[in-house]
Amino acid sequence: MFGYVLRRLVSTIPVMLIVAVFVFLMLRVGPHDPAAIIAGDNANADQIAQIRQQLGLDKPLLTQLFVWLSAILHGDFGESFFFKKKVVSLIADRIEPTLALAICTSILAVVIAVPLGVVAAMRRGSMVDRLVMGFSVLGFSVPVFVIGYVLIYIFAIKFPILPVQGYSRIADGFEPFIRSIILPSLTLAVVYVALIARMTRTSVLEVLGEDYIRTAYARGLTPLQVLVRHALPNAAVPIVTVIGLGVALLIGGVVVTESVFAIPGIGRLTVDAVLARDFPTIQAIILLFSFIYVMINLIIDVSYTLLDPRIRY
Amino acid sequence: MREPAQTQTFRSLARLRVHSVLKEPAIVIPSAVLLVLVLIAIAAPWLGTIDPTLLDPTQRNKLPGFVGTTLLADGSKAPFTFHFGTDSLGRDIYSRVIYGTRISLIVGALVASVSTAFGLMIGMVAGYVRWSDGLIMRLMDGLMAIPPILLAIALVSLSRAGLAAVVIAISIPEIPRVVRLVRSVVLSIREESYVEAAITAGTPTPLLLVRHILPNCVAPLIVQATFVCASAILVESILSFLGVGIPPETPSWGNIMAAGRQYFRLFPHNILYPGICIAVTVLCVNILGDAMRDRLDPKLRKRV
Amino acid sequence: MADVLTVDRLTVSLPPGSDRPYAVEDVSYSVAPGEIVCVVGESGSGKSVSAFTVMGLLPREVKAVGGSIRLEGEELLGAPETRYRELRGSRMAMIFQEPMTALNPVKTIGEQIEETLKVHTQMNQSERRARVLETIGQVNLPDPDQIVRAYPHQLSGGQRQRAMIAGALALDPALLIADEPTTALDVTTQAQILKLIAELRERKGTGVLFITHDFGVVAEIAHRVVVMQKGKVVEQGLANDVLTRPQHPYTQMLIGAVPSLEPAQRASLDGAPIVLHTKNLRKVYSSGGLFQKKRVVEAAKDVSIDIRRGETVGIVGESGSGKSTVARCVARLIDPTSGEIAIDGADYAKLPERKLRDHRRRMQIVFQDPYRSLNPRRTVADSMIEASVNFGASAEQAMKRAGELLDLVHLPRQSLDRYPHQFSGGQRQRICIARALMPQPEVLIADEAVSALDVSVQAQVLRLFDEIREKFSLALLFITHDLRVAAQICDRIVVMQKGAVVEQGVTREIFANPQHAYTKALFAAAPGKHIGNKVVT
Repeated sequence: MFGYVLRRLVSTIPVMLIVAVFVFLMLRVGPHDPAAIIAGDNANADQIAQIRQQLGLDKPLLTQLFVWLSAILHGDFGESFFFKKKVVSLIADRIEPTLALAICTSILAVVIAVPLGVVAAMRRGSMVDRLVMGFSVLGFSVPVFVIGYVLIYIFAIKFPILPVQGYSRIADGFEPFIRSIILPSLTLAVVYVALIARMTRTSVLEVLGEDYIRTAYARGLTPLQVLVRHALPNAAVPIVTVIGLGVALLIGGVVVTESVFAIPGIGRLTVDAVLARDFPTIQAIILLFSFIYVMINLIIDVSYTLLDPRIRY
Repeated sequence: MREPAQTQTFRSLARLRVHSVLKEPAIVIPSAVLLVLVLIAIAAPWLGTIDPTLLDPTQRNKLPGFVGTTLLADGSKAPFTFHFGTDSLGRDIYSRVIYGTRISLIVGALVASVSTAFGLMIGMVAGYVRWSDGLIMRLMDGLMAIPPILLAIALVSLSRAGLAAVVIAISIPEIPRVVRLVRSVVLSIREESYVEAAITAGTPTPLLLVRHILPNCVAPLIVQATFVCASAILVESILSFLGVGIPPETPSWGNIMAAGRQYFRLFPHNILYPGICIAVTVLCVNILGDAMRDRLDPKLRKRV
Repeated sequence: MADVLTVDRLTVSLPPGSDRPYAVEDVSYSVAPGEIVCVVGESGSGKSVSAFTVMGLLPREVKAVGGSIRLEGEELLGAPETRYRELRGSRMAMIFQEPMTALNPVKTIGEQIEETLKVHTQMNQSERRARVLETIGQVNLPDPDQIVRAYPHQLSGGQRQRAMIAGALALDPALLIADEPTTALDVTTQAQILKLIAELRERKGTGVLFITHDFGVVAEIAHRVVVMQKGKVVEQGLANDVLTRPQHPYTQMLIGAVPSLEPAQRASLDGAPIVLHTKNLRKVYSSGGLFQKKRVVEAAKDVSIDIRRGETVGIVGESGSGKSTVARCVARLIDPTSGEIAIDGADYAKLPERKLRDHRRRMQIVFQDPYRSLNPRRTVADSMIEASVNFGASAEQAMKRAGELLDLVHLPRQSLDRYPHQFSGGQRQRICIARALMPQPEVLIADEAVSALDVSVQAQVLRLFDEIREKFSLALLFITHDLRVAAQICDRIVVMQKGAVVEQGVTREIFANPQHAYTKALFAAAPGKHIGNKVVT
């Protein structure tokens, strides 16, 4: 088991390295001169040159890459061009709302989607199935921010039972926190629910066609027993996989949802950084999110060994 | 002797397909809607629209159905009904929405073609040229580790916002997914006995790929391209909504909504109309994709 | 004693749009306690459908529309689902063809056997556990304590089928339905499973309904036989009567088509020149890498085979013996690790692909699965002329030859313009043979080329192989797991086990007097030795 986890952990190194090199090249090879951005619009050529030297931008590309990489490994992501602050502390200030949103959304989505998918599979072709599938296609088709505004319009403007925008920290009381997080989580959950419900339906349907399901019936089990004891344990791996892959969708959604609901999280930070061409911040955010994504999928990979004895460690 | 017989068979096959396709509402209805959208995009200037970039500070934030005036090309003013109202700069939302159709359709089609073309080439190489497989797939894994919208946002920030930048920025994150698909098809098809028979028949590798393997990629690729198209339209609207996509001079459904954000509580129509347009368009593309997958993927069909 | 199972004038309808209205029609048979009744027929005969109807496990679209099924006197047709559930697993049980897929991969063997007890009895956990261990012991599985905790993938195919049987017999049902339970197994394992089923039914008095397509298996275990064709029973009676004196022409044809285990007399070819020569052919697969134990599998070791012009050499062996590896190396679909492979003295074992092309023309291959061997998007003509055109013939020449070869394999020339899906499995295999002959090869490899075919079709295709070998003086390398097939077509056979050749020689001599212990075991395991020995006309 330990060897397997270690092996999987090691296998993420090249992936993260490629991400890092890509992120590095994006800035250095891109058309923007970081020194010119830092220096501002009124700077002359001398000032820019001086900043270049300070940042080490005059050194060979490979040297720059190594300097940058080793700084990152020491936890130094540089200083934000725009906020004039260390990027690390910038992100640390903003991480709570984003984490809260992501966790609430995931729980909400899994709790809603898995039962929906199972019911749709059990009653294939029925009205329920069609409704679930219809909802799932619709969920894929409406932009996150439109869903957000529709929910705001209904639950905050027409029937003002929830706050329109903003975020209340957990430290400032649990109830205001929950009230502030409900609409954003619901908004973000829609596409995630669509994804998971669909996958659950497909994999349960697939498993129900397997030979061992027939064997289970031949033992005299009821359909419910067959579902719970035989179908679900086998359908778990693809469902868990799609939950992991959906994290990418979730991260993209966070950026938009935080903008719609004016939540001061990393998503908002991303948009602000891009608008300000604040490259150190952009780089750090991409690295962070990619790292989280890769790690979540690593954990899910390792969890396969618990779900399916055929997967060896 | 062989040529005519073959074309004949193909013709009857094609007819059979067209015939049965026409009976399937899940294909016919979304196709018809999309066709109408294409026509709207082409005929935008003749659909009772005015210049979508025309500002009029005197007619800001008007509700749908507002009757006001507009400046004609010759400089004279004429009465005009703003069916969808105006935005905070006094631009006609109806005209902007109609013209915005162009951007969404162009982005969807271009991203689908660009990412499919590159993905197909790279995927075929990865699937058939053994030594390249590890290298290419590691690169693709790396690219896929970056959440796609984030990557697109970062990429557009690199250059001046515009259609080309948006298309490239949305295409790059899609390519690894196409590569994976093509590679998996190639890997499974190359195990088929008929491919092995072609190998023993001395068929050169490029011909083998084109003749026996490529045709098997077409169906899944068409389906995949449809979904890429749907997601591209959504991502474009998100980029434009966040203010990093298509600049406001060119109306796109996303940037109409971006402009309407501030006054949403009072004037929800700024978001409503373009929002409905995007939803309908993407919904049609998705339904079409689902229907085609059900038809084209024999494995899924057999299961049902 | 009263019958365990009585099926009376059973009719089961197929959904509209099928190739026939009824899956089975007017079918009657019965099973007495302790009796083994074999239902035999080719694919599509409806033999499995009646069994599934008894268990009440038909797919929703297929329905029993007439007749009666009585289990220990109790009418089942029309019984409520709850009653069926009580009976399944307790009074009637079923085992299936593919023990790997029929067992839930994420549950232990113990859990799966115990499940039947949980559903049908009030036993407490320790009683259940004791019973599970007892049944595992009854099916002769070694080390029951360990088997209980094992997952299906950790067992061999034979062990899995034993576990299935243990689960089925845990509550001593009156009826055991076995749906081709040995078809997916190797012949030596098959023999053990058949013996086990026969023993258990004797000890417990279970009535067994045994579905099979294999007359060898029938001869081995059946008391009575029911022969089905296209949904109808054409003949039934005592096993001995039906096997030795079949009345119905269809039964006669089926039994007549079973190849005899007695090798045919074949002319000696000692003087003919050697065409295909392999020496110390070796193929090693290694897997693993960083942080992983390196695993090396020797799929073929030191295989040396010679085939003369006009000679058929068979490689026989069970799954994992390496026989297909050798075939694929010879065809250079995989690269051998070391050794020589030569046609007419020219060694091509190590040649890179671009230098291999000249050699490819001389060795062609026919694969097992006729449904995967032809590109479904290309016409028969396209598939057939591909090789000839690659090797320099003009399209006209190639088309002419393709037409001639279709004559030879007894297919109409119009087939050229058709697509593979318009042909049956046997016809497709003929097309594949014709295609392989297109570039005028010297060596023809048949990799389990008749294994996927029904026995009546198999006999025709085997005859075709012999005809073309003779006509073109081919060196034929014939890979098969089926000793009967090998006996009929091979001049010499090579017996392989775990990648190594254990014995090779003239077919008649090896069959008459096997030397190696493994060969002896293989022959001893062949079911129904006398079937097909031409006593029937």
